[in-house]
Amino acid sequence: MTDRTTKETFLAAFAERDRRGFADDPPWLREARRAAMERFAELGLPTTRDEEWKYTSLAPLVETPFDLAAEETGEIPAEEALGSSAGSSSWSRLVFVNGRHVGKLSTVRPLPPGGRLGSLAEALITDEEMVRAQLTSVGDKGEGAFGSLNEALWPDGAFVHVPADTSLEAPIQLLFVATPFERPRVDHPRSVIVLERESRAVLVETYIALGPGTYLTNASTEIVLGPGAALDHHKIVLEGGQAFHVGRTRVRQGRDSRFTSCSLGFGGRIIRNDVDVLLAAEGSECTLSGLFVIGGRQHVDTHTVMDHAQPRATSRQLYKGVLDGRARGVFNGRVIVRPGANGTDAHQTNKNLILSDGVEVDSKPQLEIFADDVKCSHGAADGQLAEDAIFYLKSRGLDEVAARTLLTHGFAREVLGRIRVETVRKWCEDLLRGRLRGGRVAEATP
Amino acid sequence: MLSIRKLHAGVTGKEILHGIDLEVRAGEVHAVMGPNGSGKSTLAQVLAGHPGYLVTEGEILYEGRNLLEMPPEERAREGIFMAFQYPVEIPGVANAEFLKAAVNAVRDHRGLEELDAMEFLTLLKEKMNLVDMDPAFMSRSLNEGFSGGEKKRNEILQMALLEPKLAVLDETDSGLDIDALRTVAAGINRLRRPDNAMILVTHYQRVLSYVTPDRVHVLSNGRIVKSGDHTLARELEARGYEWLEATAEALPR
Repeated sequence: MTDRTTKETFLAAFAERDRRGFADDPPWLREARRAAMERFAELGLPTTRDEEWKYTSLAPLVETPFDLAAEETGEIPAEEALGSSAGSSSWSRLVFVNGRHVGKLSTVRPLPPGGRLGSLAEALITDEEMVRAQLTSVGDKGEGAFGSLNEALWPDGAFVHVPADTSLEAPIQLLFVATPFERPRVDHPRSVIVLERESRAVLVETYIALGPGTYLTNASTEIVLGPGAALDHHKIVLEGGQAFHVGRTRVRQGRDSRFTSCSLGFGGRIIRNDVDVLLAAEGSECTLSGLFVIGGRQHVDTHTVMDHAQPRATSRQLYKGVLDGRARGVFNGRVIVRPGANGTDAHQTNKNLILSDGVEVDSKPQLEIFADDVKCSHGAADGQLAEDAIFYLKSRGLDEVAARTLLTHGFAREVLGRIRVETVRKWCEDLLRGRLRGGRVAEATP
Repeated sequence: MLSIRKLHAGVTGKEILHGIDLEVRAGEVHAVMGPNGSGKSTLAQVLAGHPGYLVTEGEILYEGRNLLEMPPEERAREGIFMAFQYPVEIPGVANAEFLKAAVNAVRDHRGLEELDAMEFLTLLKEKMNLVDMDPAFMSRSLNEGFSGGEKKRNEILQMALLEPKLAVLDETDSGLDIDALRTVAAGINRLRRPDNAMILVTHYQRVLSYVTPDRVHVLSNGRIVKSGDHTLARELEARGYEWLEATAEALPR
């Protein structure tokens, strides 16, 4: 037991787990875990000296004495405790409590032949070859320290496989629930989502906390879209006020596939969100949107990588932040246009609404263009609520608080309005209303 | 209803109005005319309570109360309405959502029950007919991408919904084509009642061909240099503002 959490404590925890816990894993997986841990050993935990972590200090995380040996799932909450975060009863839902799949809270609607929807750890037993094919193909792509840690240490997660020419109307929810523990713990959920040719699905990835506590969610979600496939993805981060969330969404898009993703950040002490999209074939389309609403000392860092590797792909990005108190927002949007990726059309926008003098925002577009005949643009704007707009609303009888609240909702709606699943949109609008009190972003709940 | 006495006002470091006196009674329509830079819009903004304008001298009484002590939202709730010359565009806030919030803020202040969604829609439909407005505008963001004429119609629609006692229309006629001008003017005429009053701030006489004012005042260099009945507007149209500006120069500061 140590007071700090460092590279060494993770290495020691892995060595122990490798000896006991992973003994049942197939040899190829144990090998992959060890290789990932070796990468982590080389990288170490990032510091602000790393360009990718320049504006996000992990000092509060390092100073937390995490219990890295914790493996038990803990007490399973009652279904009612999930409340509105559990979405609609018509959905398929996989629930993970402290990183482990809990069948009795999950609901799986029937899938057509060849379809899979369940726990990754279970699929490792029932569909080893399928899992192996996916894990090894999406494996080492230059994962950073946290991605490597997740690859080395994941105990469970979701495995979703949508067969070709299948259209799943009802959303699939992956609901990750953190419950209070005596000592701070770390969870490494890993999910693999595969949509075969010409299939469609809607995915809702939700992270919530039931009760107070410090913990780290280190989540990886890997998405592979076959030719003509379309995925509508949502990620809602509603972690506890003392929690750390470091998450990655890595996407590989096939020919003419469509990936739409909206990520919403409301809860968490430090949230780091990486979205890496590889537009690996011609004609693929990707639309990323994001909104975070933070106050107090919350910190949200979004890093996106849009890799236009092939011609005639289109990408759109819109990320917005509402910041109050002493909150800090970071946006780094990297767009790569590879040689020969002609006809690329890429656009990126980052806008932040700043409600307090104590707020700090760092926004950085990074365009790396190695092809001709491309359309590539970016825009960024940080500002306060417009005084003339506040006066206009007051002149119609609205008081200061009502005017500010209405304008802030207006700012957020550009992103929320893009959510096509009504249950999700309404829930997010409620979350926004809940976070805005008296026209200000309240401190996060513990 | 409204008494403006020896009003001096402007922006920081610059006085624009140099002593305005104006009496407006219930049932009256006053036109305030004048060339660009004469202080017309400043007067309108001061009445609405724009924080960027400072009153350095004089007073304004509204129904016997000191208007200058009332914040803008209280003025609105007490029945003052300004139709903006340049209505603000507010992305993400649906027109109908905004209108409902405004109507309910005013109703609440007047001790009336808030309207629910159905009641509000019924009221909205009735008032939209008045300004001949396409219902499609209700779900669009407030003023965003509206043409000049659509924005002005939307202002008159707000006026119709809020039923003010005193309406100040700041250049509501400017930038309108003849059809839009007729619609807007017809809206104004239908909202004219014995128990309310209006101040039309305008550069041109043309809106006054449709809305006949009880009094016309000419503003020049921050003072009212001439007042008269509706025939004064025609005279101005024929002779221009220059003949009055000479008079203004002669007035003591």
